[in-house]
Amino acid sequence: MHGMVNRALQGFLVATYGADVWAEVRGQAGLPFADFEAMLDYPDEMTLACFGAACHVLHKHPNVLLEDLGTWLVTDTHLEPLRRLMRFSGASFLDFLHSLEELGDRGRLAVPDLDMPQIELDQIDPASFRIRARWSLPGIAPILMGCLRALADDYGALAFLRLDGIDRGVECLHVQLLDTAFSEGRSFDLGRVAS
Amino acid sequence: MTGLPPSLSRVIGLSGGALDVLMPMHVWADPDGRVVQAGPTLTKMARRGDLTGLPLFRILEFRRPARVDGVQALMALAGQRLGLALRDAPDLPLRGALTTLPEGTGLILDISLGLSFARAVAEFGLTLNDFSPCDQTVELLYLHEANTSTMALSRHLSRRLEAARAEAEAQALSDPLTGLANRRAMDAEIARCLDDPGQDFGLLHIDLDRFKQVNDTLGHAAGDAVLARVGAILRHQLRHTDVAGRVGGDEFLVLLRDCPDRAEMAAVAARLIAAIEEPVPFEGHLCRISASIGLAASIDYNQRPGLDRVLADTDAALYAAKRGGRGRYAAHGEPEPAPRRRAGDAAPGGFTRRCLDPLVSTPNTGGD
Repeated sequence: MHGMVNRALQGFLVATYGADVWAEVRGQAGLPFADFEAMLDYPDEMTLACFGAACHVLHKHPNVLLEDLGTWLVTDTHLEPLRRLMRFSGASFLDFLHSLEELGDRGRLAVPDLDMPQIELDQIDPASFRIRARWSLPGIAPILMGCLRALADDYGALAFLRLDGIDRGVECLHVQLLDTAFSEGRSFDLGRVAS
Repeated sequence: MTGLPPSLSRVIGLSGGALDVLMPMHVWADPDGRVVQAGPTLTKMARRGDLTGLPLFRILEFRRPARVDGVQALMALAGQRLGLALRDAPDLPLRGALTTLPEGTGLILDISLGLSFARAVAEFGLTLNDFSPCDQTVELLYLHEANTSTMALSRHLSRRLEAARAEAEAQALSDPLTGLANRRAMDAEIARCLDDPGQDFGLLHIDLDRFKQVNDTLGHAAGDAVLARVGAILRHQLRHTDVAGRVGGDEFLVLLRDCPDRAEMAAVAARLIAAIEEPVPFEGHLCRISASIGLAASIDYNQRPGLDRVLADTDAALYAAKRGGRGRYAAHGEPEPAPRRRAGDAAPGGFTRRCLDPLVSTPNTGGD
Protein backbone atom coordinates (compact mmCIF):
# COMPACT_ATOMS: atom_id res chain seq x y z
CA MET A 1 0.00 0.00 0.00
CA HIS A 2 1.19 3.50 -0.80
CA GLY A 3 3.11 5.27 1.94
CA MET A 4 0.48 8.05 2.00
CA VAL A 5 -2.13 5.57 3.20
CA ASN A 6 0.19 4.10 5.82
CA ARG A 7 1.30 7.53 6.84
CA ALA A 8 -2.35 8.55 7.22
CA LEU A 9 -2.99 5.58 9.51
CA GLN A 10 0.06 6.44 11.62
CA GLY A 11 -0.78 10.16 11.65
CA PHE A 12 -4.35 9.45 12.72
CA LEU A 13 -3.25 7.17 15.58
CA VAL A 14 -0.57 9.58 16.82
CA ALA A 15 -2.80 12.67 16.56
CA THR A 16 -5.80 11.00 18.17
CA TYR A 17 -4.31 8.62 20.72
CA GLY A 18 -0.72 9.76 21.19
CA ALA A 19 2.78 8.56 20.38
CA ASP A 20 2.70 5.87 23.09
CA VAL A 21 -0.25 4.14 21.45
CA TRP A 22 1.51 4.28 18.10
CA ALA A 23 4.64 2.77 19.68
CA GLU A 24 2.54 -0.07 21.09
CA VAL A 25 0.76 -0.59 17.78
CA ARG A 26 3.92 -0.81 15.73
CA GLY A 27 5.47 -3.07 18.36
CA GLN A 28 2.53 -5.47 18.14
CA ALA A 29 2.51 -5.26 14.36
CA GLY A 30 6.23 -6.04 14.28
CA LEU A 31 7.03 -2.97 12.20
CA PRO A 32 10.81 -2.87 11.61
CA PHE A 33 10.99 0.96 11.70
CA ALA A 34 9.57 3.84 13.70
CA ASP A 35 7.72 5.79 11.01
CA PHE A 36 6.04 5.19 7.70
CA GLU A 37 7.34 7.38 4.91
CA ALA A 38 4.68 9.05 2.76
CA MET A 39 6.67 8.79 -0.47
CA LEU A 40 7.55 5.08 -0.24
CA ASP A 41 5.55 1.88 -0.78
CA TYR A 42 4.94 -0.85 1.78
CA PRO A 43 3.55 -4.39 1.56
CA ASP A 44 -0.20 -4.57 2.23
CA GLU A 45 0.48 -7.03 5.06
CA MET A 46 2.22 -4.25 7.00
CA THR A 47 -0.78 -1.95 6.65
CA LEU A 48 -3.17 -4.69 7.73
CA ALA A 49 -0.94 -5.73 10.64
CA CYS A 50 -0.82 -2.13 11.90
CA PHE A 51 -4.52 -1.67 11.56
CA GLY A 52 -5.25 -4.98 13.29
CA ALA A 53 -2.88 -4.08 16.11
CA ALA A 54 -4.55 -0.64 16.46
CA CYS A 55 -8.01 -2.23 16.84
CA HIS A 56 -6.57 -4.58 19.43
CA VAL A 57 -4.67 -1.97 21.42
CA LEU A 58 -7.59 0.50 21.41
CA HIS A 59 -10.36 -2.11 21.83
CA LYS A 60 -12.19 -0.60 18.86
CA HIS A 61 -14.36 -2.19 16.22
CA PRO A 62 -12.58 -1.90 12.84
CA ASN A 63 -15.46 0.06 11.29
CA VAL A 64 -15.45 2.59 14.12
CA LEU A 65 -11.72 3.16 13.82
CA LEU A 66 -11.94 3.46 10.01
CA GLU A 67 -14.76 5.97 10.22
CA ASP A 68 -12.79 8.07 12.73
CA LEU A 69 -9.82 7.88 10.36
CA GLY A 70 -12.00 9.17 7.50
CA THR A 71 -13.25 12.07 9.63
CA TRP A 72 -9.72 12.92 10.71
CA LEU A 73 -8.57 13.13 7.07
CA VAL A 74 -10.95 16.05 6.52
CA THR A 75 -10.91 17.77 9.90
CA ASP A 76 -7.33 17.65 11.18
CA THR A 77 -5.76 21.09 10.89
CA HIS A 78 -2.45 19.61 9.74
CA LEU A 79 -4.28 18.09 6.77
CA GLU A 80 -5.77 21.39 5.60
CA PRO A 81 -4.10 20.91 2.17
CA LEU A 82 -6.01 17.64 1.75
CA ARG A 83 -9.32 19.22 2.76
CA ARG A 84 -8.69 21.96 0.23
CA LEU A 85 -7.92 19.45 -2.51
CA MET A 86 -11.20 17.69 -1.77
CA ARG A 87 -13.15 20.95 -1.83
CA PHE A 88 -11.97 21.51 -5.40
CA SER A 89 -14.36 18.72 -6.37
CA GLY A 90 -17.47 20.83 -6.12
CA ALA A 91 -18.98 24.12 -5.04
CA SER A 92 -21.59 22.37 -2.88
CA PHE A 93 -21.91 19.06 -1.08
CA LEU A 94 -24.31 17.93 -3.79
CA ASP A 95 -21.72 18.84 -6.45
CA PHE A 96 -19.18 16.95 -4.42
CA LEU A 97 -21.35 13.83 -4.35
CA HIS A 98 -21.87 14.05 -8.08
CA SER A 99 -18.12 14.28 -8.64
CA LEU A 100 -17.28 11.28 -6.42
CA GLU A 101 -16.76 9.08 -9.46
CA GLU A 102 -13.91 11.43 -10.48
CA LEU A 103 -12.22 11.02 -7.10
CA GLY A 104 -9.90 8.30 -8.40
CA ASP A 105 -8.64 10.42 -11.29
CA ARG A 106 -8.42 13.43 -9.04
CA GLY A 107 -6.29 11.54 -6.53
CA ARG A 108 -4.02 10.22 -9.27
CA LEU A 109 -3.57 13.75 -10.63
CA ALA A 110 -2.03 14.62 -7.27
CA VAL A 111 -0.13 11.37 -6.68
CA PRO A 112 0.08 9.30 -9.87
CA ASP A 113 0.82 5.94 -8.23
CA LEU A 114 -1.77 6.31 -5.47
CA ASP A 115 -4.14 3.36 -5.27
CA MET A 116 -7.50 5.16 -5.20
CA PRO A 117 -10.88 3.52 -4.61
CA GLN A 118 -13.19 3.04 -7.56
CA ILE A 119 -16.50 4.72 -6.74
CA GLU A 120 -19.93 4.67 -8.37
CA LEU A 121 -22.81 6.89 -7.36
CA ASP A 122 -26.45 5.94 -7.93
CA GLN A 123 -29.11 8.52 -7.29
CA ILE A 124 -32.12 6.79 -5.74
CA ASP A 125 -34.30 9.88 -5.45
CA PRO A 126 -33.49 13.61 -5.52
CA ALA A 127 -32.12 13.50 -1.97
CA SER A 128 -30.76 9.99 -1.53
CA PHE A 129 -27.81 8.21 -3.02
CA ARG A 130 -26.14 4.85 -2.94
CA ILE A 131 -22.36 4.80 -3.15
CA ARG A 132 -20.60 1.64 -4.28
CA ALA A 133 -16.86 1.55 -3.63
CA ARG A 134 -14.17 -0.98 -4.38
CA TRP A 135 -10.58 -0.79 -3.12
CA SER A 136 -7.56 -3.04 -2.84
CA LEU A 137 -8.04 -3.30 0.94
CA PRO A 138 -11.29 -3.94 2.83
CA GLY A 139 -12.84 -1.04 4.77
CA ILE A 140 -13.23 1.69 2.19
CA ALA A 141 -16.94 2.27 2.99
CA PRO A 142 -16.44 3.21 6.65
CA ILE A 143 -13.49 5.45 5.70
CA LEU A 144 -15.63 7.17 3.05
CA MET A 145 -18.48 7.50 5.54
CA GLY A 146 -16.20 9.34 7.96
CA CYS A 147 -14.88 11.56 5.14
CA LEU A 148 -18.32 12.38 3.77
CA ARG A 149 -19.80 13.17 7.20
CA ALA A 150 -16.96 15.58 7.82
CA LEU A 151 -17.26 17.08 4.33
CA ALA A 152 -21.02 17.56 4.75
CA ASP A 153 -20.16 19.61 7.86
CA ASP A 154 -17.46 21.39 5.92
CA TYR A 155 -19.96 22.43 3.22
CA GLY A 156 -22.60 23.25 5.83
CA ALA A 157 -24.92 20.51 4.56
CA LEU A 158 -26.96 18.15 6.72
CA ALA A 159 -26.70 14.54 5.62
CA PHE A 160 -27.49 11.18 7.11
CA LEU A 161 -25.10 8.37 6.21
CA ARG A 162 -25.07 4.65 6.96
CA LEU A 163 -23.17 1.58 5.82
CA ASP A 164 -25.27 -0.37 3.36
CA GLY A 165 -23.68 -3.80 3.18
CA ILE A 166 -21.09 -5.47 1.01
CA ASP A 167 -21.98 -6.92 -2.34
CA ARG A 168 -19.33 -9.23 -3.83
CA GLY A 169 -16.40 -7.14 -2.67
CA VAL A 170 -18.15 -3.86 -3.40
CA GLU A 171 -18.79 -1.93 -0.21
CA CYS A 172 -21.95 0.18 -0.12
CA LEU A 173 -22.94 3.36 1.61
CA HIS A 174 -26.29 5.12 1.79
CA VAL A 175 -26.47 8.93 1.84
CA GLN A 176 -29.60 10.91 2.67
CA LEU A 177 -29.18 14.60 1.97
CA LEU A 178 -31.52 16.46 4.35
CA ASP A 179 -30.49 20.07 3.89
CA THR A 180 -27.89 21.54 1.56
CA ALA A 181 -27.62 24.81 3.46
CA PHE A 182 -27.98 23.70 7.05
CA SER A 183 -25.11 25.75 8.45
CA GLU A 184 -22.43 28.18 7.41
CA GLY A 185 -19.82 25.44 6.88
CA ARG A 186 -16.11 26.15 6.61
CA SER A 187 -14.73 28.59 4.10
CA PHE A 188 -12.95 27.53 0.96
CA ASP A 189 -10.99 30.33 -0.65
CA LEU A 190 -10.06 29.07 -4.10
CA GLY A 191 -7.14 31.44 -4.48
CA ARG A 192 -5.29 30.68 -1.27
CA VAL A 193 -2.44 28.60 -2.59
CA ALA A 194 -1.06 26.13 -0.07
CA SER A 195 2.36 27.08 1.18
CA MET B 1 -27.83 50.32 -37.89
CA THR B 2 -31.25 51.25 -36.65
CA GLY B 3 -31.82 53.05 -33.38
CA LEU B 4 -32.61 49.75 -31.70
CA PRO B 5 -29.79 48.42 -29.56
CA PRO B 6 -28.54 45.14 -30.92
CA SER B 7 -29.63 42.08 -29.02
CA LEU B 8 -28.02 38.68 -28.95
CA SER B 9 -31.22 36.82 -29.54
CA ARG B 10 -31.62 38.81 -32.75
CA VAL B 11 -28.01 38.40 -33.85
CA ILE B 12 -27.12 34.80 -33.02
CA GLY B 13 -30.32 33.39 -31.62
CA LEU B 14 -29.06 33.02 -28.07
CA SER B 15 -30.16 34.80 -24.93
CA GLY B 16 -27.57 36.78 -22.96
CA GLY B 17 -28.06 34.34 -20.11
CA ALA B 18 -27.00 31.47 -22.34
CA LEU B 19 -23.67 33.17 -23.09
CA ASP B 20 -23.16 33.86 -19.37
CA VAL B 21 -23.47 30.13 -18.66
CA LEU B 22 -21.28 28.99 -21.52
CA MET B 23 -18.65 31.73 -21.37
CA PRO B 24 -18.66 33.54 -18.03
CA MET B 25 -15.67 35.62 -19.16
CA HIS B 26 -17.01 36.78 -22.52
CA VAL B 27 -17.58 40.33 -23.66
CA TRP B 28 -19.66 41.52 -26.58
CA ALA B 29 -18.76 44.89 -28.06
CA ASP B 30 -20.64 46.88 -30.68
CA PRO B 31 -18.96 48.31 -33.82
CA ASP B 32 -18.09 51.45 -31.85
CA GLY B 33 -16.19 49.42 -29.27
CA ARG B 34 -18.75 49.81 -26.50
CA VAL B 35 -19.66 46.89 -24.29
CA VAL B 36 -23.08 45.48 -25.07
CA GLN B 37 -22.83 42.65 -22.61
CA ALA B 38 -20.13 41.15 -20.37
CA GLY B 39 -20.07 37.78 -18.63
CA PRO B 40 -20.44 37.66 -14.83
CA THR B 41 -16.87 36.50 -14.10
CA LEU B 42 -15.31 39.16 -16.31
CA THR B 43 -17.59 41.75 -14.69
CA LYS B 44 -16.38 40.60 -11.27
CA MET B 45 -12.75 40.78 -12.34
CA ALA B 46 -13.07 44.27 -13.88
CA ARG B 47 -14.42 45.67 -10.58
CA ARG B 48 -16.33 48.51 -12.28
CA GLY B 49 -19.84 47.28 -11.68
CA ASP B 50 -21.99 46.80 -14.77
CA LEU B 51 -19.75 47.14 -17.80
CA THR B 52 -22.54 47.81 -20.29
CA GLY B 53 -21.86 50.91 -22.38
CA LEU B 54 -18.22 51.29 -21.34
CA PRO B 55 -15.56 51.46 -24.06
CA LEU B 56 -13.93 48.02 -24.42
CA PHE B 57 -10.46 49.56 -24.72
CA ARG B 58 -10.86 51.33 -21.39
CA ILE B 59 -11.38 47.97 -19.67
CA LEU B 60 -8.98 45.79 -21.63
CA GLU B 61 -5.55 46.26 -23.09
CA PHE B 62 -4.68 44.12 -26.14
CA ARG B 63 -1.00 43.16 -26.48
CA ARG B 64 -0.59 40.14 -28.72
CA PRO B 65 -0.17 39.46 -31.55
CA ALA B 66 -0.05 43.26 -31.72
CA ARG B 67 -1.03 46.20 -29.58
CA VAL B 68 -4.35 47.40 -30.92
CA ASP B 69 -6.75 50.00 -29.66
CA GLY B 70 -9.32 50.25 -32.43
CA VAL B 71 -12.30 48.03 -33.16
CA GLN B 72 -11.41 47.53 -36.84
CA ALA B 73 -7.84 46.50 -35.98
CA LEU B 74 -9.15 44.21 -33.27
CA MET B 75 -11.68 42.58 -35.57
CA ALA B 76 -8.87 41.82 -37.98
CA LEU B 77 -7.44 39.50 -35.31
CA ALA B 78 -10.55 37.29 -35.34
CA GLY B 79 -9.70 33.63 -34.77
CA GLN B 80 -6.20 34.30 -33.52
CA ARG B 81 -4.82 33.67 -30.07
CA LEU B 82 -4.85 37.01 -28.25
CA GLY B 83 -2.74 38.18 -25.34
CA LEU B 84 -4.48 40.82 -23.24
CA ALA B 85 -4.89 42.15 -19.71
CA LEU B 86 -7.32 44.14 -17.66
CA ARG B 87 -6.22 47.78 -17.53
CA ASP B 88 -6.55 47.60 -13.75
CA ALA B 89 -4.48 44.41 -13.47
CA PRO B 90 -1.74 44.76 -16.09
CA ASP B 91 0.53 42.17 -14.45
CA LEU B 92 -2.00 39.35 -14.79
CA PRO B 93 -1.87 38.29 -18.44
CA LEU B 94 -5.06 36.88 -19.90
CA ARG B 95 -5.72 34.94 -23.02
CA GLY B 96 -8.55 35.41 -25.52
CA ALA B 97 -10.14 34.66 -28.86
CA LEU B 98 -12.72 36.69 -30.75
CA THR B 99 -15.14 36.34 -33.56
CA THR B 100 -16.94 39.03 -35.50
CA LEU B 101 -20.71 39.07 -35.47
CA PRO B 102 -22.84 39.11 -38.62
CA GLU B 103 -24.18 42.27 -40.22
CA GLY B 104 -21.62 44.52 -38.58
CA THR B 105 -23.05 44.04 -35.10
CA GLY B 106 -19.64 43.96 -33.47
CA LEU B 107 -17.58 41.20 -31.93
CA ILE B 108 -17.65 38.62 -29.20
CA LEU B 109 -14.46 38.05 -27.25
CA ASP B 110 -13.99 35.10 -24.89
CA ILE B 111 -11.30 35.31 -22.24
CA SER B 112 -9.54 32.86 -19.98
CA LEU B 113 -6.93 33.17 -17.28
CA GLY B 114 -3.38 32.75 -18.53
CA LEU B 115 -0.61 30.89 -16.77
CA SER B 116 -0.85 33.33 -13.90
CA PHE B 117 -4.19 31.68 -13.05
CA ALA B 118 -3.23 30.98 -9.43
CA ARG B 119 -2.46 34.64 -8.73
CA ALA B 120 -5.45 35.74 -10.75
CA VAL B 121 -7.88 33.56 -8.79
CA ALA B 122 -6.52 34.98 -5.54
CA GLU B 123 -6.40 38.57 -6.80
CA PHE B 124 -9.96 38.56 -8.14
CA GLY B 125 -11.41 36.41 -5.35
CA LEU B 126 -12.83 33.88 -7.80
CA THR B 127 -14.74 30.81 -6.66
CA LEU B 128 -15.64 27.46 -8.22
CA ASN B 129 -18.91 28.99 -9.39
CA ASP B 130 -17.10 31.64 -11.42
CA PHE B 131 -15.79 29.04 -13.85
CA SER B 132 -17.65 27.10 -16.49
CA PRO B 133 -17.60 23.37 -15.72
CA CYS B 134 -15.83 23.03 -19.07
CA ASP B 135 -13.03 25.32 -17.99
CA GLN B 136 -10.08 23.33 -16.61
CA THR B 137 -8.62 26.30 -14.75
CA VAL B 138 -9.91 24.94 -11.47
CA GLU B 139 -8.28 21.59 -12.21
CA LEU B 140 -5.03 23.40 -12.94
CA LEU B 141 -5.34 25.13 -9.62
CA TYR B 142 -6.01 21.80 -7.92
CA LEU B 143 -2.97 20.32 -9.60
CA HIS B 144 -0.88 23.32 -8.63
CA GLU B 145 -1.79 22.85 -4.97
CA ALA B 146 -1.40 19.08 -5.09
CA ASN B 147 2.05 19.52 -6.64
CA THR B 148 3.07 21.99 -3.98
CA SER B 149 2.02 19.56 -1.26
CA THR B 150 3.67 16.49 -2.72
CA MET B 151 6.84 18.45 -3.53
CA ALA B 152 7.00 19.47 0.12
CA LEU B 153 6.69 15.80 1.11
CA SER B 154 9.43 14.83 -1.33
CA ARG B 155 11.75 17.54 -0.12
CA HIS B 156 11.09 16.49 3.47
CA LEU B 157 11.98 12.89 2.61
CA SER B 158 15.11 13.90 0.69
CA ARG B 159 16.32 16.03 3.58
CA ARG B 160 15.89 13.23 6.08
CA LEU B 161 17.50 10.66 3.80
CA GLU B 162 20.43 13.00 3.27
CA ALA B 163 20.87 13.46 7.03
CA ALA B 164 20.68 9.70 7.58
CA ARG B 165 23.16 9.11 4.77
CA ALA B 166 25.65 11.63 6.15
CA GLU B 167 25.37 10.08 9.60
CA ALA B 168 25.79 6.55 8.27
CA GLU B 169 28.78 7.69 6.24
CA ALA B 170 30.41 9.33 9.24
CA GLN B 171 29.78 6.19 11.27
CA ALA B 172 31.13 4.01 8.51
CA LEU B 173 34.37 6.00 8.30
CA SER B 174 35.25 6.77 11.88
CA ASP B 175 36.23 4.90 15.00
CA PRO B 176 33.81 5.93 17.75
CA LEU B 177 36.25 5.38 20.66
CA THR B 178 39.12 7.54 19.44
CA GLY B 179 37.32 9.79 16.96
CA LEU B 180 39.98 8.84 14.40
CA ALA B 181 39.33 7.37 10.97
CA ASN B 182 38.69 3.64 10.85
CA ARG B 183 40.40 0.98 8.74
CA ARG B 184 38.09 1.51 5.77
CA ALA B 185 38.56 5.29 5.72
CA MET B 186 42.30 4.93 6.20
CA ASP B 187 42.66 2.44 3.34
CA ALA B 188 40.62 4.71 1.08
CA GLU B 189 42.76 7.74 1.94
CA ILE B 190 46.06 5.92 1.37
CA ALA B 191 44.74 4.49 -1.90
CA ARG B 192 43.77 8.03 -3.02
CA CYS B 193 47.30 9.27 -2.28
CA LEU B 194 48.83 6.32 -4.13
CA ASP B 195 46.68 7.10 -7.16
CA ASP B 196 47.84 10.71 -7.20
CA PRO B 197 51.32 10.79 -8.77
CA GLY B 198 51.89 14.29 -7.43
CA GLN B 199 51.32 13.23 -3.86
CA ASP B 200 54.30 11.94 -1.84
CA PHE B 201 53.67 10.81 1.68
CA GLY B 202 55.01 8.98 4.68
CA LEU B 203 53.14 6.22 6.43
CA LEU B 204 53.49 5.27 10.10
CA HIS B 205 52.17 2.00 11.45
CA ILE B 206 51.87 2.24 15.25
CA ASP B 207 51.35 -0.68 17.57
CA LEU B 208 50.97 -0.04 21.31
CA ASP B 209 53.36 -1.86 23.63
CA ARG B 210 52.18 -3.23 27.00
CA PHE B 211 48.59 -2.39 26.09
CA LYS B 212 47.51 -5.97 26.82
CA GLN B 213 48.90 -5.72 30.38
CA VAL B 214 46.85 -2.56 31.00
CA ASN B 215 43.73 -4.31 29.72
CA ASP B 216 44.41 -7.46 31.72
CA THR B 217 45.31 -5.82 35.04
CA LEU B 218 43.11 -2.70 35.08
CA GLY B 219 40.25 -3.83 32.83
CA HIS B 220 38.79 -2.78 29.50
CA ALA B 221 37.75 0.63 30.78
CA ALA B 222 41.40 1.43 31.44
CA GLY B 223 42.28 0.07 28.01
CA ASP B 224 39.62 2.31 26.46
CA ALA B 225 40.95 5.32 28.35
CA VAL B 226 44.44 4.62 27.01
CA LEU B 227 43.14 4.23 23.45
CA ALA B 228 41.17 7.49 23.72
CA ARG B 229 44.32 9.20 25.02
CA VAL B 230 46.34 7.91 22.05
CA GLY B 231 43.55 9.15 19.77
CA ALA B 232 43.85 12.59 21.35
CA ILE B 233 47.64 12.58 20.95
CA LEU B 234 47.36 11.69 17.27
CA ARG B 235 44.74 14.33 16.67
CA HIS B 236 46.74 17.07 18.43
CA GLN B 237 50.27 16.26 17.39
CA LEU B 238 49.63 16.00 13.67
CA ARG B 239 48.97 18.66 11.09
CA HIS B 240 45.35 18.94 10.04
CA THR B 241 46.27 17.70 6.57
CA ASP B 242 47.58 14.43 8.02
CA VAL B 243 45.22 11.54 8.61
CA ALA B 244 45.32 9.16 11.57
CA GLY B 245 43.21 6.06 11.95
CA ARG B 246 42.69 3.24 14.41
CA VAL B 247 42.92 0.15 12.26
CA GLY B 248 42.90 -2.64 14.84
CA GLY B 249 42.53 -3.18 18.61
CA ASP B 250 45.69 -1.25 19.49
CA GLU B 251 47.03 -0.50 16.03
CA PHE B 252 47.05 2.87 14.33
CA LEU B 253 48.08 4.21 10.95
CA VAL B 254 49.24 7.76 10.31
CA LEU B 255 49.43 9.26 6.84
CA LEU B 256 51.83 12.22 6.66
CA ARG B 257 51.06 14.17 3.53
CA ASP B 258 53.94 15.69 1.56
CA CYS B 259 56.30 14.22 4.10
CA PRO B 260 58.23 11.33 2.55
CA ASP B 261 61.48 12.43 4.17
CA ARG B 262 62.97 9.80 6.47
CA ALA B 263 64.34 12.29 8.97
CA GLU B 264 61.08 14.14 9.31
CA MET B 265 59.13 10.91 9.61
CA ALA B 266 61.54 9.71 12.25
CA ALA B 267 61.10 12.95 14.17
CA VAL B 268 57.35 12.56 14.12
CA ALA B 269 57.62 8.90 15.19
CA ALA B 270 59.91 9.75 18.07
CA ARG B 271 57.63 12.58 19.20
CA LEU B 272 54.60 10.31 19.12
CA ILE B 273 56.36 7.57 21.10
CA ALA B 274 57.42 10.10 23.71
CA ALA B 275 53.87 11.41 24.03
CA ILE B 276 52.36 7.93 24.21
CA GLU B 277 54.83 6.98 26.94
CA GLU B 278 53.48 9.72 29.20
CA PRO B 279 51.60 7.75 31.88
CA VAL B 280 47.79 7.92 31.64
CA PRO B 281 46.01 8.29 35.01
CA PHE B 282 43.03 6.00 35.41
CA GLU B 283 41.06 5.60 38.66
CA GLY B 284 44.05 6.14 40.89
CA HIS B 285 46.41 4.11 38.73
CA LEU B 286 48.95 5.20 36.16
CA CYS B 287 48.78 3.28 32.92
CA ARG B 288 52.19 3.06 31.32
CA ILE B 289 52.41 2.01 27.74
CA SER B 290 54.68 2.67 24.83
CA ALA B 291 54.51 2.22 21.10
CA SER B 292 56.47 0.65 18.29
CA ILE B 293 56.31 2.25 14.87
CA GLY B 294 57.08 1.04 11.38
CA LEU B 295 57.72 3.63 8.66
CA ALA B 296 57.42 3.60 4.88
CA ALA B 297 57.38 6.41 2.34
CA SER B 298 56.01 6.71 -1.15
CA ILE B 299 59.48 7.64 -2.43
CA ASP B 300 60.81 4.24 -1.26
CA TYR B 301 59.45 2.82 -4.49
CA ASN B 302 60.46 3.32 -8.11
CA GLN B 303 56.90 2.65 -9.20
CA ARG B 304 53.78 3.41 -7.26
CA PRO B 305 53.07 0.29 -5.20
CA GLY B 306 49.62 -1.09 -4.41
CA LEU B 307 47.93 -0.42 -1.11
CA ASP B 308 48.58 -3.94 0.16
CA ARG B 309 52.27 -3.63 -0.61
CA VAL B 310 52.72 -0.38 1.33
CA LEU B 311 50.78 -1.74 4.28
CA ALA B 312 52.80 -4.96 4.26
CA ASP B 313 56.03 -2.91 4.22
CA THR B 314 55.05 -0.72 7.18
CA ASP B 315 53.95 -3.88 8.93
CA ALA B 316 57.33 -5.52 8.32
CA ALA B 317 59.07 -2.36 9.55
CA LEU B 318 56.86 -2.37 12.65
CA TYR B 319 57.86 -5.93 13.49
CA ALA B 320 61.45 -5.05 12.93
CA ALA B 321 61.00 -2.27 15.50
CA LYS B 322 59.33 -4.72 17.89
CA ARG B 323 62.17 -7.19 17.48
CA GLY B 324 64.59 -4.38 18.22
CA GLY B 325 63.11 -4.06 21.68
CA ARG B 326 59.82 -2.09 21.54
CA GLY B 327 59.35 1.60 22.23
CA ARG B 328 61.21 2.42 19.02
CA TYR B 329 60.68 2.84 15.31
CA ALA B 330 62.15 1.26 12.22
CA ALA B 331 61.89 2.16 8.57
CA HIS B 332 61.00 -0.04 5.67
CA GLY B 333 64.04 -1.06 3.63
CA GLU B 334 66.53 -0.62 6.47
CA PRO B 335 68.91 -3.55 6.60
CA GLU B 336 68.80 -3.84 10.39
CA PRO B 337 66.51 -2.57 13.08
CA ALA B 338 68.38 0.06 15.00
CA PRO B 339 68.51 -1.01 18.64
CA ARG B 340 69.58 2.37 20.09
CA ARG B 341 66.87 4.48 18.53
CA ARG B 342 64.75 4.71 21.61
CA ALA B 343 62.24 7.45 21.45
CA GLY B 344 62.72 8.00 25.17
CA ASP B 345 66.20 9.27 24.36
CA ALA B 346 64.74 12.17 22.52
CA ALA B 347 65.03 15.54 24.20
CA PRO B 348 61.63 17.07 25.13
CA GLY B 349 60.00 18.74 22.19
CA GLY B 350 62.50 17.42 19.68
CA PHE B 351 64.67 14.66 18.52
CA THR B 352 68.42 14.63 19.04
CA ARG B 353 70.76 14.44 16.13
CA ARG B 354 72.46 11.53 17.77
CA CYS B 355 69.27 9.56 17.37
CA LEU B 356 68.52 10.87 13.96
CA ASP B 357 71.86 10.41 12.31
CA PRO B 358 71.81 6.67 11.70
CA LEU B 359 68.37 6.94 10.16
CA VAL B 360 69.28 9.78 7.88
CA SER B 361 72.41 8.04 6.78
CA THR B 362 70.53 4.91 5.85
CA PRO B 363 70.58 4.81 2.06
CA ASN B 364 67.27 5.01 0.32
CA THR B 365 67.00 1.61 -1.23
CA GLY B 366 64.62 2.77 -3.91
CA GLY B 367 62.12 -0.02 -3.60
CA ASP B 368 63.25 -3.33 -2.30
